[in-house]
Amino acid sequence: MSDLLKKLTLSVAALSISGAAFAGNGAVADEFKWMTFAVFGVIIAITMAITFWAARTTHTTSEFYAAGRSVSGIQNGWAIAGDYLSAASFLGIAGLISLYGYDGFMYSVGWLVAYITVLLVIAEPCRNIGKYTMGDILAFRNDPKKTKTVAALSTITVSTFYLTAQMVGGGVLIKTLIGIDYEISVIGVGILMLAYVVFGGMKATTWVQITKAVLLVMASLILVFMVWAPYGFSLPGYLGSVVADPDVQKQVAKLLGDKAATMTPEELGQRFLEPGLFLKNPIDQISLGLALVLGTAGMPHILMRFFTVPTAQAARTSVIWAMGIIGGFYVLTLFLGTGAAMLVGPDKIASVDAGGNMAGPLLAQYLGGGEQSLMGNFMLAFVAAVAFATIVAVVAGLVLAAASAMAHDIYVGVIRGDHATPNEQVVAARVASGIVGVIAITVGIMAKGQNVAHLVALAFAVAASSNLPAVFLTLYWKKCNTTGIIMGMIIGSLTAIGLVMISPNMTYPKAVIAGANKVLNGEPAVPAKEAAPAVERSSFMCELFALDGCVLAKPAQAATPEKPAKPGAAEKLAGLNAKLQPLEASLPTIADVTAKATAEADVAKLKKDIAAVEKAKAKAEADLKKVEGQTTSMMGLEKPFFLLKNPGLISIPLGFLMVILGSLFTRDKRAEDMWDELYVRQNTGINAEAASAH
Amino acid sequence: MSNPNVNWVAIDTNPKFQALHRKKTFFLWGLMVFSIIYYFLLPIGAAYYQDLFKIKVWGVVNVGILFALSEFVVAWTIAFVYSRKANAEFDAMAQDIINDVNNGRMK
Repeated sequence: MSDLLKKLTLSVAALSISGAAFAGNGAVADEFKWMTFAVFGVIIAITMAITFWAARTTHTTSEFYAAGRSVSGIQNGWAIAGDYLSAASFLGIAGLISLYGYDGFMYSVGWLVAYITVLLVIAEPCRNIGKYTMGDILAFRNDPKKTKTVAALSTITVSTFYLTAQMVGGGVLIKTLIGIDYEISVIGVGILMLAYVVFGGMKATTWVQITKAVLLVMASLILVFMVWAPYGFSLPGYLGSVVADPDVQKQVAKLLGDKAATMTPEELGQRFLEPGLFLKNPIDQISLGLALVLGTAGMPHILMRFFTVPTAQAARTSVIWAMGIIGGFYVLTLFLGTGAAMLVGPDKIASVDAGGNMAGPLLAQYLGGGEQSLMGNFMLAFVAAVAFATIVAVVAGLVLAAASAMAHDIYVGVIRGDHATPNEQVVAARVASGIVGVIAITVGIMAKGQNVAHLVALAFAVAASSNLPAVFLTLYWKKCNTTGIIMGMIIGSLTAIGLVMISPNMTYPKAVIAGANKVLNGEPAVPAKEAAPAVERSSFMCELFALDGCVLAKPAQAATPEKPAKPGAAEKLAGLNAKLQPLEASLPTIADVTAKATAEADVAKLKKDIAAVEKAKAKAEADLKKVEGQTTSMMGLEKPFFLLKNPGLISIPLGFLMVILGSLFTRDKRAEDMWDELYVRQNTGINAEAASAH
Repeated sequence: MSNPNVNWVAIDTNPKFQALHRKKTFFLWGLMVFSIIYYFLLPIGAAYYQDLFKIKVWGVVNVGILFALSEFVVAWTIAFVYSRKANAEFDAMAQDIINDVNNGRMK
């Protein structure tokens, strides 16, 4: 096996070098790309050495799935942080804060609070009852074959949603950072992650996650130190200069539109620290919050981490450490985000990536000395490499979770009826990891250019509506039984998926066409409006569904003056070019030095504006082409029927209700008989799976 | 520790185990309900009590920022309180029951 591993290391190294040849445009300038690849190479070498070492001690099933239950509480805490802090939270939240201020920070809170549920109700009982998978916990007192099948299907569904979002996000991210082709990034991430999982199992995955978490925390601490130190680590002093920054004030003015006209620059800056610039619908936020707080505890790759520690006490320690690291990290993102807004500027951040994902990397480049400096580019390279390690570590954890469901629950538990030999089990685990890995790469490539952002929220919603009610009620409710588990899991997950399919997350061709036409053809003039009183919504259901006869709530509106028509892209381009040509032609004739400099600056600005309009035009044209000939969404809808982006508010209570109803209306002798044993064991740890001795 | 012939019903009905069960249930549910309410105060406050969130209390730092930061402190405090209680009390009670089972006193 070690021979194979060496070959694989070589081919990955070759891939990262050949990547350089494919490199097009990215945030890293061409002459500094070698540095990024050098840092990538070092990180890949470290993780490969870990895998090589882990592979030598990974022979049994317990070693493959649970690292021999020999991971200490502190190590597991770091690994949980490494498993959980995805690129979306590392780059995405810093980006949201840099563009929208307070709302981005508020968004990060739920991701930490989620661990209270994990700590209080899930971690220790799961360690005491479980073996390798969520299916093991459910099968303890319910019908093993039925519950393992449903649990495995749910695990694979959740993991695939999350995995697809990670693969697509990772591919786009690496392309934006260093310009490697999307497909090559996806294949590179896939091969690396497969090497860790197939050869090193849980032990390699754990240590890759620990390495990544340490790198991530280090990188963030360095950046925050550099951002905050000039203010003597004073919070009001630092935030005071954030709100006084003209770039930040300009961004707020842009977000507020007409409302900004009557505000002073100080008010605009202060508005950056107040809620409401990004998150508009409080009910949607509560729905998302519910999915996060209850979904994290039902995420299979997080649950699986608790089987790697020797005791329930170590499971407790690991959540405490994870909460310290994850929470500390999110507090740091407040400084990363606002720092990027102040020093780099929201305009520039959004011009590289509209979602703001490049805020952290660009901040690193700025702090190191800027675009042209060696140090600036080294820091950008380092942050890019950490982002890459982040994607690989999260993906490895997800693949392991899906593979364990496939091999341990479905193959060993259901097909072989728990009669597989230890050797067969390990082979099955490795083969399943290979299959899931190949699926992840294929799906990642197929989903290129698709809108996958909602898949993360959907993964949490399914986990909260299907996995959590089942695990929670099995552990804490005496009457819970097989029928309830199956009903709850199936109806909970189908409701969550179904509601998202008819939600605003999907692509609605009519809206896309209208938006694109606005850019291309401009907008007609809007006549002056008289003041309108506030409108009250007709009923609460109208907040959730687009029902007939619904009136949506509207705040009172002041009278607005007539708005002139807005020109289309072609008209704008013609206007800009008409201005540019005479100006450019007059350049050589200007003798005065200062006048010439002003004229040159004007030319540069016009050229920048032209490029921006052309980019918007190209995007609108591409959008039109994408939806050509379509009038309805995938589900045959012209506009969303379900109005929230996150289904949790409906699907989570429904999941719980279905488990309860299914259990109350049927009787299951085994579930009743096993209750005493389950309850005593989850509280005392008697007969829990022991750590294997090394 | 492995003991295949444990009488689970006997342990479940034993007063020592019942005491552990009662203490844990009360404590865990209390913390859980408190943390969920405290968490949802943030989006509710940000949506419906914006005037309160906008009040500046420490330079430009407003109530909203302090409240969001307090969410972190509260989460860490809950983790700390729970782990202290569990380490000091629940673990000892569970160990006492395990010892009784191993010595054959709880059959």
